[in-house]
Amino acid sequence: MEKLKREGAVIFSPYTKGDAIKKAVSIKREDILFELRESKLKGRGGAGFPTATKWTLVAAAAADEKYVVCNADEGEPGTFKDRVLMLEYPELVFDGMVIAGYVIGAKLGIVYLRGEYEYMLKSLEDYLEMMRKENLLGKNIAGKEGFDFDIAIRLGSGAYVCGEETALIESLEGNRGEARNRPPYPVNTGFMGKPTTVNNVETFAAVSHIVLKGGVWYCKHGTDKSTGSKLFSVSGDCEKPGVYELPWGTKISELLELVGAKNTKAVQVGGASGFCIPKTQFDRALGYEDAATGGSIMIFNESRNMLHVLKNFMEFFVEESCGQCTPCRIGNVKLLEGVEMIEKNEYTFGYMTKLKELGKTMQVASKCGLGQSSPNSFLSILENFKEEIFNNGGNHGK
Amino acid sequence: MLVLEKNAMTEEIELLVKKHGNSRSALLPILQDIQRKHKHIPDFAQQEVARLLDIHPVEVFSVISFYAFLNTNPKGRNIVRLCQTITCDLAGKANVAKAIERELGIKFGETTKDNRITLEYVNCLGMCDQGPALLVNERVHPKVSPEKAIQILNEIK
Repeated sequence: MEKLKREGAVIFSPYTKGDAIKKAVSIKREDILFELRESKLKGRGGAGFPTATKWTLVAAAAADEKYVVCNADEGEPGTFKDRVLMLEYPELVFDGMVIAGYVIGAKLGIVYLRGEYEYMLKSLEDYLEMMRKENLLGKNIAGKEGFDFDIAIRLGSGAYVCGEETALIESLEGNRGEARNRPPYPVNTGFMGKPTTVNNVETFAAVSHIVLKGGVWYCKHGTDKSTGSKLFSVSGDCEKPGVYELPWGTKISELLELVGAKNTKAVQVGGASGFCIPKTQFDRALGYEDAATGGSIMIFNESRNMLHVLKNFMEFFVEESCGQCTPCRIGNVKLLEGVEMIEKNEYTFGYMTKLKELGKTMQVASKCGLGQSSPNSFLSILENFKEEIFNNGGNHGK
Repeated sequence: MLVLEKNAMTEEIELLVKKHGNSRSALLPILQDIQRKHKHIPDFAQQEVARLLDIHPVEVFSVISFYAFLNTNPKGRNIVRLCQTITCDLAGKANVAKAIERELGIKFGETTKDNRITLEYVNCLGMCDQGPALLVNERVHPKVSPEKAIQILNEIK
Protein backbone atom coordinates (compact mmCIF):
# COMPACT_ATOMS: atom_id res chain seq x y z
CA MET A 1 0.00 0.00 0.00
CA GLU A 2 1.07 3.57 -0.57
CA LYS A 3 2.66 5.36 2.37
CA LEU A 4 2.77 9.00 1.44
CA LYS A 5 3.81 11.89 3.56
CA ARG A 6 0.55 13.76 3.72
CA GLU A 7 0.07 17.38 4.66
CA GLY A 8 -3.01 19.17 5.84
CA ALA A 9 -4.26 21.81 8.23
CA VAL A 10 -6.23 19.61 10.63
CA ILE A 11 -6.48 15.87 10.11
CA PHE A 12 -3.05 15.48 8.55
CA SER A 13 -1.36 17.86 11.00
CA PRO A 14 1.18 16.27 13.38
CA TYR A 15 -0.30 14.07 16.10
CA THR A 16 1.20 11.67 18.62
CA LYS A 17 -0.87 8.64 19.50
CA GLY A 18 -2.70 8.79 22.82
CA ASP A 19 -2.19 12.54 23.37
CA ALA A 20 -5.85 13.42 22.92
CA ILE A 21 -6.94 10.60 25.25
CA LYS A 22 -4.55 11.74 27.97
CA LYS A 23 -5.79 15.30 27.72
CA ALA A 24 -9.45 14.22 27.55
CA VAL A 25 -9.38 12.18 30.77
CA SER A 26 -7.75 15.07 32.62
CA ILE A 27 -10.67 17.44 31.92
CA LYS A 28 -14.41 17.28 32.49
CA ARG A 29 -16.83 15.71 30.03
CA GLU A 30 -18.76 18.98 29.76
CA ASP A 31 -15.60 20.80 28.73
CA ILE A 32 -15.00 18.39 25.85
CA LEU A 33 -18.58 18.85 24.69
CA PHE A 34 -18.11 22.60 24.98
CA GLU A 35 -15.03 22.52 22.73
CA LEU A 36 -16.88 20.35 20.21
CA ARG A 37 -19.77 22.77 20.18
CA GLU A 38 -17.35 25.65 19.66
CA SER A 39 -15.74 23.79 16.77
CA LYS A 40 -19.15 23.36 15.05
CA LEU A 41 -17.93 20.01 13.79
CA LYS A 42 -20.51 18.30 11.60
CA GLY A 43 -20.75 14.61 10.71
CA ARG A 44 -18.24 13.80 8.00
CA GLY A 45 -20.19 10.96 6.43
CA GLY A 46 -22.16 13.42 4.35
CA ALA A 47 -25.37 14.08 6.26
CA GLY A 48 -23.70 16.79 8.34
CA PHE A 49 -25.39 16.37 11.73
CA PRO A 50 -23.59 18.39 14.44
CA THR A 51 -21.38 15.98 16.39
CA ALA A 52 -21.65 17.89 19.68
CA THR A 53 -25.46 17.67 19.57
CA LYS A 54 -25.36 13.93 18.90
CA TRP A 55 -22.95 13.25 21.74
CA THR A 56 -24.84 15.51 24.15
CA LEU A 57 -28.05 13.57 23.43
CA VAL A 58 -26.37 10.21 24.03
CA ALA A 59 -24.56 11.50 27.13
CA ALA A 60 -27.87 12.76 28.53
CA ALA A 61 -29.79 9.54 27.81
CA ALA A 62 -30.29 7.41 30.90
CA ALA A 63 -29.26 3.80 30.34
CA ASP A 64 -27.11 1.12 31.93
CA GLU A 65 -25.18 0.57 28.72
CA LYS A 66 -24.22 2.82 25.82
CA TYR A 67 -22.26 2.22 22.67
CA VAL A 68 -19.87 4.05 20.37
CA VAL A 69 -20.02 2.88 16.76
CA CYS A 70 -17.51 3.87 14.11
CA ASN A 71 -19.03 3.76 10.65
CA ALA A 72 -16.23 2.44 8.44
CA ASP A 73 -18.64 1.01 5.88
CA GLU A 74 -17.35 3.37 3.25
CA GLY A 75 -19.30 2.21 0.21
CA GLU A 76 -20.07 5.38 -1.70
CA PRO A 77 -18.54 5.14 -5.18
CA GLY A 78 -15.54 7.44 -5.38
CA THR A 79 -14.88 7.55 -1.63
CA PHE A 80 -11.71 6.11 -0.15
CA LYS A 81 -10.65 8.59 2.56
CA ASP A 82 -11.59 6.13 5.31
CA ARG A 83 -9.30 3.54 3.74
CA VAL A 84 -6.41 6.00 4.07
CA LEU A 85 -7.37 6.99 7.62
CA MET A 86 -7.72 3.42 8.85
CA LEU A 87 -4.51 2.28 7.21
CA GLU A 88 -2.26 5.26 7.88
CA TYR A 89 -3.85 7.13 10.79
CA PRO A 90 -5.54 4.51 13.02
CA GLU A 91 -4.35 6.47 16.10
CA LEU A 92 -6.62 9.41 15.21
CA VAL A 93 -9.68 7.24 14.67
CA PHE A 94 -9.30 5.00 17.73
CA ASP A 95 -8.34 7.87 20.04
CA GLY A 96 -11.46 9.70 18.87
CA MET A 97 -13.55 6.64 19.71
CA VAL A 98 -12.08 6.38 23.20
CA ILE A 99 -12.86 10.06 23.77
CA ALA A 100 -16.44 9.44 22.60
CA GLY A 101 -16.65 6.58 25.08
CA TYR A 102 -15.43 8.87 27.86
CA VAL A 103 -17.86 11.66 26.97
CA ILE A 104 -21.02 9.58 26.62
CA GLY A 105 -20.15 6.98 29.25
CA ALA A 106 -19.83 3.90 27.07
CA LYS A 107 -17.83 0.77 27.80
CA LEU A 108 -17.66 -0.63 24.30
CA GLY A 109 -16.85 0.81 20.89
CA ILE A 110 -17.50 -1.11 17.69
CA VAL A 111 -15.86 -0.46 14.35
CA TYR A 112 -18.08 -1.61 11.49
CA LEU A 113 -15.51 -2.22 8.78
CA ARG A 114 -16.81 -2.97 5.30
CA GLY A 115 -16.19 -6.52 4.10
CA GLU A 116 -14.17 -5.25 1.14
CA TYR A 117 -11.59 -3.88 3.62
CA GLU A 118 -10.96 -7.24 5.30
CA TYR A 119 -7.29 -6.96 4.32
CA MET A 120 -6.90 -4.21 6.96
CA LEU A 121 -8.26 -6.35 9.77
CA LYS A 122 -4.95 -7.83 10.91
CA SER A 123 -3.10 -4.52 11.16
CA LEU A 124 -6.03 -2.87 12.96
CA GLU A 125 -6.33 -5.75 15.46
CA ASP A 126 -2.57 -5.48 16.09
CA TYR A 127 -2.90 -1.76 16.66
CA LEU A 128 -5.73 -2.28 19.17
CA GLU A 129 -3.62 -4.86 21.00
CA MET A 130 -0.82 -2.32 21.27
CA MET A 131 -3.26 0.26 22.66
CA ARG A 132 -4.33 -2.26 25.30
CA LYS A 133 -0.70 -2.81 26.30
CA GLU A 134 -0.14 0.94 26.61
CA ASN A 135 -3.27 1.37 28.73
CA LEU A 136 -5.04 3.41 26.05
CA LEU A 137 -7.74 0.74 26.07
CA GLY A 138 -8.97 -1.55 28.81
CA LYS A 139 -9.41 -0.68 32.47
CA ASN A 140 -8.68 2.71 34.07
CA ILE A 141 -7.52 4.15 30.76
CA ALA A 142 -4.56 6.56 30.95
CA GLY A 143 -4.74 6.38 34.73
CA LYS A 144 -8.34 7.64 34.92
CA GLU A 145 -9.98 5.73 37.75
CA GLY A 146 -13.19 4.01 36.64
CA PHE A 147 -12.91 4.71 32.93
CA ASP A 148 -13.05 1.35 31.16
CA PHE A 149 -13.42 1.12 27.41
CA ASP A 150 -12.58 -1.36 24.70
CA ILE A 151 -12.94 -1.49 20.93
CA ALA A 152 -14.08 -4.43 18.81
CA ILE A 153 -13.99 -4.67 15.03
CA ARG A 154 -16.88 -6.18 13.11
CA LEU A 155 -16.86 -6.87 9.40
CA GLY A 156 -19.61 -6.11 6.94
CA SER A 157 -20.39 -8.47 4.10
CA GLY A 158 -20.79 -6.37 1.00
CA ALA A 159 -23.92 -4.28 1.43
CA TYR A 160 -23.82 -0.57 0.52
CA VAL A 161 -26.99 0.19 2.48
CA CYS A 162 -25.27 -0.78 5.75
CA GLY A 163 -23.54 2.61 5.64
CA GLU A 164 -26.90 4.03 6.72
CA GLU A 165 -26.68 4.17 10.50
CA THR A 166 -29.84 2.25 11.40
CA ALA A 167 -29.13 -0.40 8.75
CA LEU A 168 -25.62 -0.67 10.18
CA ILE A 169 -27.05 -1.28 13.65
CA GLU A 170 -29.43 -3.92 12.26
CA SER A 171 -26.42 -5.61 10.69
CA LEU A 172 -24.47 -5.47 13.97
CA GLU A 173 -27.41 -7.11 15.70
CA GLY A 174 -27.25 -10.02 13.25
CA ASN A 175 -30.13 -9.05 10.99
CA ARG A 176 -30.57 -8.12 7.36
CA GLY A 177 -29.17 -4.64 6.89
CA GLU A 178 -32.51 -2.94 6.38
CA ALA A 179 -32.94 0.63 7.58
CA ARG A 180 -35.25 1.25 10.54
CA ASN A 181 -37.95 3.84 10.86
CA ARG A 182 -36.65 7.03 12.44
CA PRO A 183 -37.53 8.21 15.06
CA PRO A 184 -36.61 6.67 17.42
CA TYR A 185 -33.05 7.70 16.61
CA PRO A 186 -29.99 5.65 17.58
CA VAL A 187 -29.10 8.29 20.19
CA ASN A 188 -31.98 6.81 22.24
CA THR A 189 -32.57 3.39 20.76
CA GLY A 190 -29.50 2.14 18.97
CA PHE A 191 -27.43 -1.03 19.18
CA MET A 192 -29.31 -3.57 21.35
CA GLY A 193 -31.89 -0.87 22.01
CA LYS A 194 -29.35 1.18 23.97
CA PRO A 195 -28.25 4.78 23.32
CA THR A 196 -25.63 4.69 20.59
CA THR A 197 -23.59 7.27 18.77
CA VAL A 198 -22.74 6.33 15.20
CA ASN A 199 -20.03 8.53 13.70
CA ASN A 200 -17.96 8.53 10.56
CA VAL A 201 -14.27 7.55 10.64
CA GLU A 202 -13.24 11.08 9.70
CA THR A 203 -15.41 12.62 12.44
CA PHE A 204 -13.53 10.65 15.11
CA ALA A 205 -10.22 11.70 13.56
CA ALA A 206 -11.26 15.36 13.71
CA VAL A 207 -12.36 14.99 17.34
CA SER A 208 -8.89 13.86 18.40
CA HIS A 209 -7.40 17.07 17.02
CA ILE A 210 -10.16 19.31 18.42
CA VAL A 211 -9.77 17.93 21.94
CA LEU A 212 -6.05 18.63 21.77
CA LYS A 213 -6.10 22.04 20.13
CA GLY A 214 -9.54 23.45 20.92
CA GLY A 215 -12.67 24.45 19.06
CA VAL A 216 -11.53 27.99 18.35
CA TRP A 217 -8.44 26.72 16.55
CA TYR A 218 -10.64 24.40 14.46
CA CYS A 219 -12.95 27.28 13.47
CA LYS A 220 -10.02 29.16 11.97
CA HIS A 221 -10.22 26.77 9.04
CA GLY A 222 -13.09 26.63 6.59
CA THR A 223 -16.11 28.93 6.39
CA ASP A 224 -18.67 30.19 8.91
CA LYS A 225 -21.19 27.40 8.43
CA SER A 226 -18.71 24.72 7.38
CA THR A 227 -15.88 24.90 9.84
CA GLY A 228 -12.62 23.01 9.62
CA SER A 229 -11.27 20.96 6.80
CA LYS A 230 -12.47 18.00 4.81
CA LEU A 231 -10.79 15.00 3.27
CA PHE A 232 -11.63 14.76 -0.40
CA SER A 233 -11.28 11.51 -2.29
CA VAL A 234 -10.39 12.61 -5.79
CA SER A 235 -10.60 10.14 -8.66
CA GLY A 236 -11.30 10.04 -12.38
CA ASP A 237 -9.67 12.06 -15.12
CA CYS A 238 -6.83 13.91 -13.43
CA GLU A 239 -3.07 13.60 -13.07
CA LYS A 240 -2.92 13.21 -9.31
CA PRO A 241 -5.87 11.27 -7.90
CA GLY A 242 -5.82 10.60 -4.17
CA VAL A 243 -6.91 11.94 -0.80
CA TYR A 244 -6.57 15.69 -0.23
CA GLU A 245 -7.24 17.65 2.91
CA LEU A 246 -8.65 21.05 2.01
CA PRO A 247 -10.50 23.69 4.01
CA TRP A 248 -14.25 23.88 3.42
CA GLY A 249 -15.11 26.64 1.00
CA THR A 250 -12.54 25.58 -1.57
CA LYS A 251 -13.89 26.21 -5.07
CA ILE A 252 -14.27 23.26 -7.41
CA SER A 253 -12.07 25.02 -9.97
CA GLU A 254 -9.29 25.40 -7.37
CA LEU A 255 -9.49 21.73 -6.53
CA LEU A 256 -9.36 20.77 -10.21
CA GLU A 257 -6.21 22.81 -10.67
CA LEU A 258 -4.59 21.26 -7.61
CA VAL A 259 -5.11 17.70 -8.83
CA GLY A 260 -4.08 18.45 -12.40
CA ALA A 261 -7.40 17.92 -14.17
CA LYS A 262 -7.55 19.10 -17.77
CA ASN A 263 -10.43 19.43 -20.25
CA THR A 264 -12.87 18.73 -17.46
CA LYS A 265 -16.48 18.45 -18.53
CA ALA A 266 -18.18 17.49 -15.29
CA VAL A 267 -17.50 16.84 -11.63
CA GLN A 268 -19.61 14.41 -9.64
CA VAL A 269 -19.68 15.69 -6.08
CA GLY A 270 -20.79 13.32 -3.32
CA GLY A 271 -20.50 10.01 -5.14
CA ALA A 272 -23.23 8.17 -7.02
CA SER A 273 -25.81 9.63 -4.64
CA GLY A 274 -24.47 13.16 -5.12
CA PHE A 275 -24.82 15.76 -7.85
CA CYS A 276 -23.16 16.21 -11.20
CA ILE A 277 -21.82 19.70 -11.68
CA PRO A 278 -21.16 21.03 -15.22
CA LYS A 279 -18.30 23.29 -16.33
CA THR A 280 -20.42 26.44 -16.01
CA GLN A 281 -20.73 25.93 -12.23
CA PHE A 282 -17.10 25.19 -11.34
CA ASP A 283 -16.93 28.37 -9.26
CA ARG A 284 -19.19 26.76 -6.66
CA ALA A 285 -17.66 26.21 -3.25
CA LEU A 286 -17.45 22.85 -1.47
CA GLY A 287 -19.27 23.09 1.86
CA TYR A 288 -22.52 22.33 3.61
CA GLU A 289 -24.04 25.61 2.37
CA ASP A 290 -23.32 25.01 -1.32
CA ALA A 291 -21.95 21.78 -2.77
CA ALA A 292 -22.21 19.39 0.19
CA THR A 293 -20.31 16.12 0.04
CA GLY A 294 -19.06 13.20 2.08
CA GLY A 295 -15.79 13.69 0.25
CA SER A 296 -16.20 11.96 -3.10
CA ILE A 297 -15.04 13.97 -6.11
CA MET A 298 -15.14 12.19 -9.46
CA ILE A 299 -13.81 14.03 -12.48
CA PHE A 300 -14.96 13.42 -16.05
CA ASN A 301 -13.19 14.97 -19.03
CA GLU A 302 -14.56 15.95 -22.45
CA SER A 303 -14.13 12.46 -23.88
CA ARG A 304 -16.57 10.87 -21.43
CA ASN A 305 -20.14 9.97 -22.26
CA MET A 306 -22.35 11.24 -19.44
CA LEU A 307 -25.16 8.83 -20.31
CA HIS A 308 -22.74 5.95 -19.78
CA VAL A 309 -21.77 7.45 -16.40
CA LEU A 310 -25.42 7.78 -15.42
CA LYS A 311 -26.16 4.22 -16.48
CA ASN A 312 -23.31 2.95 -14.29
CA PHE A 313 -24.72 4.86 -11.29
CA MET A 314 -28.25 3.56 -11.83
CA GLU A 315 -27.03 -0.03 -12.20
CA PHE A 316 -25.26 0.45 -8.89
CA PHE A 317 -28.44 1.58 -7.13
CA VAL A 318 -30.58 -1.18 -8.64
CA GLU A 319 -28.11 -3.71 -7.20
CA GLU A 320 -27.67 -2.04 -3.84
CA SER A 321 -31.28 -1.09 -3.03
CA CYS A 322 -32.20 -3.30 -0.09
CA GLY A 323 -35.71 -3.70 -1.46
CA GLN A 324 -37.74 -3.10 1.67
CA CYS A 325 -39.52 0.07 0.50
CA THR A 326 -41.27 0.41 -2.85
CA PRO A 327 -40.12 3.85 -4.09
CA CYS A 328 -36.48 2.76 -3.97
CA ARG A 329 -36.91 -0.88 -5.08
CA ILE A 330 -39.10 -0.12 -8.11
CA GLY A 331 -38.04 3.48 -8.71
CA ASN A 332 -34.38 2.76 -9.36
CA VAL A 333 -35.29 0.00 -11.84
CA LYS A 334 -37.58 2.40 -13.71
CA LEU A 335 -34.92 5.11 -13.84
CA LEU A 336 -32.39 2.62 -15.19
CA GLU A 337 -34.88 1.50 -17.84
CA GLY A 338 -35.31 5.15 -18.76
CA VAL A 339 -31.56 5.53 -19.27
CA GLU A 340 -31.54 2.42 -21.46
CA MET A 341 -34.41 3.86 -23.51
CA ILE A 342 -32.35 6.98 -24.19
CA GLU A 343 -29.38 4.82 -25.10
CA LYS A 344 -31.44 2.99 -27.71
CA ASN A 345 -33.24 6.14 -28.85
CA GLU A 346 -36.58 4.69 -27.81
CA TYR A 347 -37.66 7.44 -25.44
CA THR A 348 -40.33 10.13 -25.49
CA PHE A 349 -39.91 13.48 -23.77
CA GLY A 350 -43.29 12.93 -22.11
CA TYR A 351 -42.06 9.77 -20.44
CA MET A 352 -38.80 11.43 -19.40
CA THR A 353 -40.80 14.15 -17.64
CA LYS A 354 -42.71 11.40 -15.82
CA LEU A 355 -39.44 9.78 -14.76
CA LYS A 356 -38.16 13.07 -13.39
CA GLU A 357 -41.36 13.33 -11.34
CA LEU A 358 -40.78 9.77 -10.16
CA GLY A 359 -37.27 10.77 -9.10
CA LYS A 360 -38.63 13.64 -7.05
CA THR A 361 -41.19 11.29 -5.46
CA MET A 362 -38.40 8.89 -4.51
CA GLN A 363 -36.54 11.74 -2.81
CA VAL A 364 -39.42 12.29 -0.40
CA ALA A 365 -41.05 8.87 -0.18
CA SER A 366 -38.10 6.51 0.30
CA LYS A 367 -37.45 5.18 3.76
CA CYS A 368 -33.72 5.82 4.05
CA GLY A 369 -30.97 7.92 2.55
CA LEU A 370 -30.27 5.45 -0.25
CA GLY A 371 -33.59 5.90 -2.04
CA GLN A 372 -33.82 9.55 -1.07
CA SER A 373 -30.54 10.35 -2.78
CA SER A 374 -30.31 7.80 -5.61
CA PRO A 375 -32.34 9.97 -8.07
CA ASN A 376 -29.93 12.91 -7.54
CA SER A 377 -27.51 11.89 -10.25
CA PHE A 378 -30.36 10.99 -12.64
CA LEU A 379 -31.99 14.39 -12.19
CA SER A 380 -28.79 16.43 -12.27
CA ILE A 381 -27.18 14.67 -15.24
CA LEU A 382 -30.34 14.83 -17.37
CA GLU A 383 -30.74 18.51 -16.47
CA ASN A 384 -27.14 19.65 -16.82
CA PHE A 385 -26.20 17.60 -19.87
CA LYS A 386 -29.47 17.57 -21.83
CA GLU A 387 -27.72 19.06 -24.87
CA GLU A 388 -25.30 16.16 -25.03
CA ILE A 389 -27.84 13.49 -24.15
CA PHE A 390 -30.89 14.52 -26.19
CA ASN A 391 -29.71 16.88 -28.92
CA ASN A 392 -26.75 15.20 -30.55
CA GLY A 393 -28.70 13.22 -33.10
CA GLY A 394 -28.87 10.14 -30.96
CA ASN A 395 -25.14 9.66 -31.11
CA HIS A 396 -24.28 8.24 -27.75
CA GLY A 397 -20.89 6.96 -28.94
CA LYS A 398 -18.05 6.69 -26.48
CA MET B 1 -23.37 -34.73 3.21
CA LEU B 2 -21.84 -37.77 4.87
CA VAL B 3 -22.43 -38.33 8.58
CA LEU B 4 -18.72 -37.80 9.21
CA GLU B 5 -18.78 -34.47 7.39
CA LYS B 6 -21.89 -33.46 9.30
CA ASN B 7 -20.24 -34.25 12.61
CA ALA B 8 -17.17 -32.27 11.63
CA MET B 9 -19.33 -29.32 10.60
CA THR B 10 -21.30 -29.43 13.86
CA GLU B 11 -18.07 -29.48 15.84
CA GLU B 12 -16.73 -26.56 13.87
CA ILE B 13 -19.85 -24.48 14.40
CA GLU B 14 -19.88 -25.29 18.13
CA LEU B 15 -16.35 -23.88 18.32
CA LEU B 16 -17.43 -20.75 16.43
CA VAL B 17 -20.36 -20.26 18.81
CA LYS B 18 -17.94 -20.58 21.71
CA LYS B 19 -15.71 -17.94 20.10
CA HIS B 20 -18.39 -15.41 19.12
CA GLY B 21 -21.10 -16.17 21.70
CA ASN B 22 -24.63 -17.47 21.15
CA SER B 23 -26.45 -14.16 20.92
CA ARG B 24 -28.19 -13.08 17.73
CA SER B 25 -25.56 -10.42 17.10
CA ALA B 26 -22.96 -13.19 16.78
CA LEU B 27 -24.78 -14.52 13.71
CA LEU B 28 -22.90 -12.50 11.10
CA PRO B 29 -19.37 -13.19 12.43
CA ILE B 30 -20.19 -16.92 12.63
CA LEU B 31 -21.52 -16.97 9.06
CA GLN B 32 -18.50 -14.99 7.84
CA ASP B 33 -16.13 -17.53 9.38
CA ILE B 34 -17.97 -20.44 7.75
CA GLN B 35 -18.01 -18.59 4.43
CA ARG B 36 -14.28 -17.83 4.63
CA LYS B 37 -13.42 -21.49 5.17
CA HIS B 38 -15.92 -23.28 2.93
CA LYS B 39 -16.61 -20.51 0.38
CA HIS B 40 -20.31 -21.08 0.95
CA ILE B 41 -22.74 -21.86 3.77
CA PRO B 42 -24.37 -25.25 3.15
CA ASP B 43 -27.92 -26.08 4.25
CA PHE B 44 -26.75 -28.27 7.08
CA ALA B 45 -24.51 -25.51 8.47
CA GLN B 46 -27.45 -23.09 8.37
CA GLN B 47 -29.56 -25.51 10.39
CA GLU B 48 -26.82 -26.05 12.94
CA VAL B 49 -26.19 -22.33 13.36
CA ALA B 50 -29.92 -21.81 13.82
CA ARG B 51 -30.12 -24.61 16.42
CA LEU B 52 -27.17 -23.31 18.42
CA LEU B 53 -28.33 -19.67 18.35
CA ASP B 54 -31.90 -20.75 19.03
CA ILE B 55 -33.41 -19.00 16.01
CA HIS B 56 -35.37 -20.32 13.03
CA PRO B 57 -33.28 -21.61 10.10
CA VAL B 58 -35.18 -19.33 7.75
CA GLU B 59 -33.79 -16.36 9.69
CA VAL B 60 -30.29 -17.58 8.95
CA PHE B 61 -31.12 -18.03 5.28
CA SER B 62 -32.70 -14.59 5.15
CA VAL B 63 -29.52 -12.98 6.48
CA ILE B 64 -27.29 -14.92 4.07
CA SER B 65 -29.43 -13.94 1.10
CA PHE B 66 -29.14 -10.25 2.00
CA TYR B 67 -25.36 -9.92 1.90
CA ALA B 68 -23.40 -10.04 -1.34
CA PHE B 69 -20.39 -11.77 0.24
CA LEU B 70 -22.40 -14.65 1.75
CA ASN B 71 -23.84 -17.43 -0.40
CA THR B 72 -25.52 -20.82 -0.06
CA ASN B 73 -24.33 -22.35 -3.34
CA PRO B 74 -20.80 -23.76 -3.58
CA LYS B 75 -18.22 -21.52 -5.22
CA GLY B 76 -14.65 -22.04 -6.33
CA ARG B 77 -11.70 -22.22 -3.94
CA ASN B 78 -10.85 -18.62 -4.79
CA ILE B 79 -13.27 -15.80 -5.45
CA VAL B 80 -12.01 -13.14 -7.84
CA ARG B 81 -14.00 -9.93 -7.87
CA LEU B 82 -13.55 -7.10 -10.36
CA CYS B 83 -14.78 -3.64 -9.45
CA GLN B 84 -17.44 -2.46 -11.91
CA THR B 85 -18.13 1.01 -10.50
CA ILE B 86 -17.58 4.13 -12.53
CA THR B 87 -13.94 5.14 -12.01
CA CYS B 88 -12.68 1.57 -12.44
CA ASP B 89 -15.00 1.34 -15.43
CA LEU B 90 -13.47 4.47 -17.00
CA ALA B 91 -9.98 3.20 -16.17
CA GLY B 92 -10.46 0.19 -18.41
CA LYS B 93 -12.40 -2.43 -16.48
CA ALA B 94 -13.99 -3.84 -19.64
CA ASN B 95 -10.64 -4.79 -21.19
CA VAL B 96 -9.51 -6.49 -17.99
CA ALA B 97 -12.81 -8.36 -17.81
CA LYS B 98 -12.52 -9.58 -21.40
CA ALA B 99 -8.94 -10.71 -20.91
CA ILE B 100 -9.85 -12.67 -17.79
CA GLU B 101 -12.87 -14.28 -19.46
CA ARG B 102 -10.77 -15.32 -22.47
CA GLU B 103 -7.99 -16.72 -20.35
CA LEU B 104 -10.19 -18.75 -18.00
CA GLY B 105 -12.78 -19.66 -20.63
CA ILE B 106 -15.67 -18.70 -18.33
CA LYS B 107 -17.95 -15.69 -17.97
CA PHE B 108 -18.43 -13.52 -14.90
CA GLY B 109 -20.71 -15.27 -12.44
CA GLU B 110 -19.27 -18.68 -13.33
CA THR B 111 -16.73 -21.04 -11.77
CA THR B 112 -13.89 -22.79 -13.58
CA LYS B 113 -14.34 -26.55 -14.12
CA ASP B 114 -11.41 -27.37 -11.83
CA ASN B 115 -13.17 -25.37 -9.11
CA ARG B 116 -10.18 -23.07 -8.81
CA ILE B 117 -11.74 -19.66 -9.47
CA THR B 118 -15.17 -18.05 -9.28
CA LEU B 119 -15.46 -14.79 -11.21
CA GLU B 120 -17.72 -12.01 -9.97
CA TYR B 121 -18.31 -8.33 -10.37
CA VAL B 122 -18.36 -6.19 -7.25
CA ASN B 123 -19.43 -2.62 -6.51
CA CYS B 124 -16.93 0.07 -5.49
CA LEU B 125 -13.94 -1.39 -3.63
CA GLY B 126 -12.72 2.01 -2.44
CA MET B 127 -9.71 1.95 -4.77
CA CYS B 128 -11.05 4.61 -7.13
CA ASP B 129 -7.72 6.47 -7.22
CA GLN B 130 -5.93 3.31 -8.38
CA GLY B 131 -8.38 1.56 -10.69
CA PRO B 132 -9.15 -0.88 -12.10
CA ALA B 133 -9.15 -2.83 -8.85
CA LEU B 134 -9.29 -6.58 -8.43
CA LEU B 135 -10.17 -8.32 -5.15
CA VAL B 136 -8.76 -11.85 -4.87
CA ASN B 137 -10.36 -13.46 -1.81
CA GLU B 138 -9.65 -10.65 0.69
CA ARG B 139 -6.55 -9.20 -0.98
CA VAL B 140 -6.92 -6.14 -3.17
CA HIS B 141 -4.82 -5.48 -6.28
CA PRO B 142 -4.73 -1.90 -7.59
CA LYS B 143 -4.12 -0.70 -11.17
CA VAL B 144 -4.56 -4.05 -12.89
CA SER B 145 -3.92 -4.17 -16.62
CA PRO B 146 -5.15 -7.14 -18.64
CA GLU B 147 -1.64 -8.60 -18.52
CA LYS B 148 -1.20 -8.04 -14.78
CA ALA B 149 -4.64 -9.53 -14.09
CA ILE B 150 -3.71 -12.78 -15.83
CA GLN B 151 -0.41 -12.86 -13.95
CA ILE B 152 -2.31 -12.51 -10.65
CA LEU B 153 -4.76 -15.25 -11.64
CA ASN B 154 -1.95 -17.60 -12.63
CA GLU B 155 -0.46 -17.35 -9.15
CA ILE B 156 -3.68 -18.51 -7.49
CA LYS B 157 -3.58 -22.11 -6.40
